[in-house]
Amino acid sequence: MPNEKMKPRIGNAVVIRHPSFVVLLLLAFGAAKLLPEAALTREQLAAGLRKGQLDLEMRQQVGQLAFVAALSGFRAIVADGFWIHAQTAWERVDWARMKLDFDIVTSLQPRCVLFWEMSAWHMSHNASVAALENRAQPRAALRVRAAREFIATGEKYLLDGIANNPGNARLYDMLGMLYRDKMEDHCKASWAYFQAAALPTAPMYVHRFAAYELAQCPGHEREAYEILRALYLKSEDEHLPTLLKWLDRLQQKLSIPPAERVYNPDPEKSAR
Amino acid sequence: MLDVFLTPMSAAPSATRHKLFSPARIWALASNTLLELVRLKVFYFLLLFALLIIGSSAFVVKFSFQEQFQVLKDVALGAMSIFTWLLAVLSTALLLPKDIEERTLYTILAKPVPRCEYLLGKLLGVLTLLFLATSLMSFLFVGVLYYREQGAIASLGDMPPDEFAAAVAAVKASTFSPSLIQGIVFIYLKAALCASLTLLLSTFASTTIFTIMVSVVVYFIGHVQALARDYWLRDATVGPLTKIFLAFVSLVFPDLQLFNVVDDIAAGAALPMAIFLKTSALGVIYIAVYFLAGYFLFQNKEL
Repeated sequence: MPNEKMKPRIGNAVVIRHPSFVVLLLLAFGAAKLLPEAALTREQLAAGLRKGQLDLEMRQQVGQLAFVAALSGFRAIVADGFWIHAQTAWERVDWARMKLDFDIVTSLQPRCVLFWEMSAWHMSHNASVAALENRAQPRAALRVRAAREFIATGEKYLLDGIANNPGNARLYDMLGMLYRDKMEDHCKASWAYFQAAALPTAPMYVHRFAAYELAQCPGHEREAYEILRALYLKSEDEHLPTLLKWLDRLQQKLSIPPAERVYNPDPEKSAR
Repeated sequence: MLDVFLTPMSAAPSATRHKLFSPARIWALASNTLLELVRLKVFYFLLLFALLIIGSSAFVVKFSFQEQFQVLKDVALGAMSIFTWLLAVLSTALLLPKDIEERTLYTILAKPVPRCEYLLGKLLGVLTLLFLATSLMSFLFVGVLYYREQGAIASLGDMPPDEFAAAVAAVKASTFSPSLIQGIVFIYLKAALCASLTLLLSTFASTTIFTIMVSVVVYFIGHVQALARDYWLRDATVGPLTKIFLAFVSLVFPDLQLFNVVDDIAAGAALPMAIFLKTSALGVIYIAVYFLAGYFLFQNKEL
């Protein structure tokens, strides 16, 4: 045992011996860390981190064990488990179960763009088509309604995904595609493509797609023409068949004088 | 290994004065602790880790490559988190009881080794073990991820050069990001914090089981501490007794959720450097304070 000379010291002072000193030390540290911790939590949330929703509703959806695991720092693994479960539900063509799983996955991992993208795709493209071709439902109106509901679900996933990942061009790109192909709403599709085009990670084609959709949005033909004209003049790489087709159509629709037209296709082809 | 502090005092020439604080003694204790833990075959868990990540990547092989990489990253980082935490708690809980049982503690403290140095050596030994374990798991994880990435690139097939370049960029964007390193650092810090906390518990605990149980409970409460703090500080509707309880939880327990951003990092979120540094600094402060509290208790412990 250490003798008197070896008594632990801090500097020249004998360390306070009572165990309550340790309790006081921990409480003092607890009080000192309280506000910095709260501030750091706010900073992390503001940076879009730790956004996974862990509340009583989630607890009911995922069950006790998965909820505790998610709460204990294994949110991503729990989300993956439900994602894999959704894939097995897809193999069984169980769209309702898939939607439940997708809701859980996207709530647990809202920063994972892939989950939003694939959930929207399954609902708006796969489930909607399956609903339209559902032989068990004899009434066409109900089949169409079910299909529209799935498309709206897909749209919601994309809008929620964008809200959680505002800088992601891919989700806007997919939203534009959904408005264009599934809802045939060209004005909204154009808006979505323009939003994607404004982001630094946007692929080049979304600039063109935004203009194509704007050309089909009533009252915006002149704007679309100006954009397509600018793209045409920008580079020969932009002289793609669809762009030329829309430029030609708009030149005719807006009665652009021949001298001002930047693109003059073969008159016979144009007539066709 | 123990020569540094087992050398008899009488044998020491008068010219070599005893230092109050000796990094060499601490390192001798730390390396001895590390060696003891390695001899307990703790690194066998790496086999389990390897099986887990290789198995998980094979299990999701029918998914798209983005889904495969996502699952692989989530499982690997989650497994690293679990294994480092378990390693931290179990190995630290064993240290003091084992030294007392084998009488090594008495041999060491009978020499002019301050208890502070003894405890610090023990903690550093565990932290070194955790560092080695985290590094090995990271290398394994990066190796499997790289192998899968190369496999995905090889499977792209014939494409025009610009499309191929875009596809390769998409594959690479789904695999590695600098934030992964920050996430791994947080996993290590969280485990180190748990080790320091477990060491504090073991300085007054009567049994190893008690230390482990309390440490596990603190781990779980630590993950809801932020909720308790929010209710305590913001919610005016809670009763006085609840307030006292919430205040106790907020003050005594660490906020472990602060280190749980690794899930978001695996999902592709970037971690700002300022937040990374602040969170890391908080982790280091936690480790230091728990060590200090443990030292105050240990110096008064009747051995």
